Amino acid sequence: MPLEAHIKEHAAYFHRFDSVWTPSVLILDPNGKERYRLEGYLPKDEFRAHLEMGLARVAFMSKDWATAEDRYTAVLQRYPNSKAAPEALYWKGVSHYKSTNDHTVLSELPEQFQEKYPDSIWALKTAAWMH
Amino acid sequence: MKVQWLKDADAALLEAKTRKQPLLIDFSAAPA
Repeated sequence: MPLEAHIKEHAAYFHRFDSVWTPSVLILDPNGKERYRLEGYLPKDEFRAHLEMGLARVAFMSKDWATAEDRYTAVLQRYPNSKAAPEALYWKGVSHYKSTNDHTVLSELPEQFQEKYPDSIWALKTAAWMH
Repeated sequence: MKVQWLKDADAALLEAKTRKQPLLIDFSAAPA
């Protein structure tokens, strides 16, 4: 569901949703709670990847783990070289863990990060799960 | 596919809630 907020026509929306920079995109869950914020321009594919990350975050925060995992997987499949991909890999693993309580998926992540995204900050976040 | 942008935030929030769909808000200052 898309809502347009142009600074000249809808200035009040900038204050209402704490938007202080353009372009910005906010993704809210169905209850109107902000779940994702993207500020600044991005190339088309990066932008699409981040929009899908936003939808994945909506599912994750509603504890719909299966949908979240599917959406993060889709980001990895469609945009494997995007800047969003390492974060998608991280949260895909966490979503799977949340739905199964199987911690082995977390212990497998450090190796996956070393192989695919070793320089990502998300690789550092998985280091604690290395055995 | 042409996007049908909503202009009213309250109506958009209500519709998102009714349809149980996320709401995307595009904040722009670009010339029309």
